Amino acid sequence: MSRQVNRPLSPHLQIYRWQISMLTSIAHRASGMVLSVGSIFLALWLIAAANGPEAFAGINGFAGSWFGQLLMFGWSFALFYHLCNGIRHLVWDVGVGLDLETARLTGYVAIGVAAALTLFVWIWAFIA
Amino acid sequence: MSSIRSALANARGMGSAKSGVGHWWAQRVSAVALVPLTLWFVACLASQLGADYASVTEWLSSPLQASLLAIYLAAIFYHSQLGLQVIIEDYVHTESIKMASLIVLQLANILLAVAAIFSVIMILVGAAG
Repeated sequence: MSRQVNRPLSPHLQIYRWQISMLTSIAHRASGMVLSVGSIFLALWLIAAANGPEAFAGINGFAGSWFGQLLMFGWSFALFYHLCNGIRHLVWDVGVGLDLETARLTGYVAIGVAAALTLFVWIWAFIA
Repeated sequence: MSSIRSALANARGMGSAKSGVGHWWAQRVSAVALVPLTLWFVACLASQLGADYASVTEWLSSPLQASLLAIYLAAIFYHSQLGLQVIIEDYVHTESIKMASLIVLQLANILLAVAAIFSVIMILVGAAG
C-alpha cells in the first residue's frame, strides 16, 4: 500500500456530471443502508410489544412523536424507492430495459412512483 | 463464443470471484419475496397508524398474519445482511477490520431476526407481557 502509484486514477465522484442512472444507483445503496437501520427499529418495536404494554407504550410513543414521524416518513420513502428501483433491477436481470433511453426513463419512473406511493400511504394512514 | 477458461473452470462455474452466483442469486430470491411482502406490510402499518397495544396484539394473534410477518422479518434481515456485506467488501479494505465487520454484521442480523421472530411468536400464542 505504501508503494507510489503513478498510473492514472479514476476521477472522484464530484468530478462526474450527475445523471439519472448514477443517482438511482447510489440512492439504491443509500436507501438500503437507511432501511437496515429501520429494520433494527422494527425488531425493537416487536420485541417491545412482546414485553408487554408498558414497554410497547415507550417505543410507540417515540414513533408517534414528531421526530419519530419524521423517521417513519424517511423510512417509508426509502422503502418505496428501494422497492421500485429493486423491481427495475429485477427486470434488468432478465435482460429487459437495458438500453440507454429506457433505463433513463425507468429511473425517473422509479423515483416518481416511490414519491407517489409515499404520499398515498401517509394520506391513507392519516385518514384511516 | 469460445472461452479462455479451462474445461474444468467452466464445469465448476465459479467465475472470476471463485464463489459462483450463490450470493447474487440469494439476493434476487429474497428480493422477489420482499416485493409482495413489503406491500402487505406497509398496508398493515398504514391501516393502524399510531395503533395501541391491543390492536397490534390482535393483528398478530392471527396465525396467517404472524406467519407472514415472521417470513417478512427473515427475508428482511437476510436481504439486509447480503446487501450490507457487499458494501463492507466494497469500501473496507483493511483485511482485519473487514473480517471483523462481516462477522459482527452476520451475528447482529441473526440476533435481530431471531429476537424479532420470537417476539412475533410470543404475541401469537399470547405469551407477551
